[in-house]
Amino acid sequence: MRLEYFEMIDRIVSLDRGTKRIEALSTVPQASPIFEGHFPGHPLMPGVLLTETMAQASGYLVLALMDFTHMPFLMAVDRARFRTFVGPGAALAIAAELEHEGSGYAVTKAKITVEGKPICDAGLRFKTMPFPAGLDAPMRERARQIGLLAEAA
Amino acid sequence: MSSTFDTVAKIISETADIPREQITPESHAIDDLGIDSLAFLDIAFAIDKAFGIKLPLEQWTQEVNEGKVPAEEYFVLKNLVARIDALVAAKNA
Repeated sequence: MRLEYFEMIDRIVSLDRGTKRIEALSTVPQASPIFEGHFPGHPLMPGVLLTETMAQASGYLVLALMDFTHMPFLMAVDRARFRTFVGPGAALAIAAELEHEGSGYAVTKAKITVEGKPICDAGLRFKTMPFPAGLDAPMRERARQIGLLAEAA
Repeated sequence: MSSTFDTVAKIISETADIPREQITPESHAIDDLGIDSLAFLDIAFAIDKAFGIKLPLEQWTQEVNEGKVPAEEYFVLKNLVARIDALVAAKNA
């Protein structure tokens, strides 16, 4: 996890096309400038970044299920709940399921747990559209780095 | 008007925060009701769920953008309702 670069997913551990579900792992870094402000002397993973983590897991799920024909962009966060604190070094298990694939949009439910304990969950919606010029290759490269393409094969 | 229209009008009213009495079969979702593309996706999701269908928004948008079909065919509510009824009938056929 590199918070400053919005690289929220370390590794995809499973992708199930039948149940339309993805599982990923990510470890919160021990140090980050973000923790200098959130909060001084009491580092906590911000809720917006947990949301982004759930959104990225969902996004990779949508990318894989649509065979990289469309790029998902987050457009709505529904019913987000943050149930307990997450600090540096926490090993996050992220899971996302496709709830509905519409025409031009996709809907997921996602959650994060640490050692089986619920951390947060949300309903997420994405606008899906053909890749803007130049974004296809870097997204595929990032997907390859985190093991998505291997799981999707 | 049909129960389909009533359902769609209720969805639009609740999703886009538009008074129900402003929504008529002749209303144009964009020109009259001021629904933007993002809000329309919210509405499409609610319609998809309510009727168990998949509104072909990408196809419609492409047809309108290419000038093949006037936007009124999809976005005036009585026309939208007719297309929903057709999609539901096709699903149940």
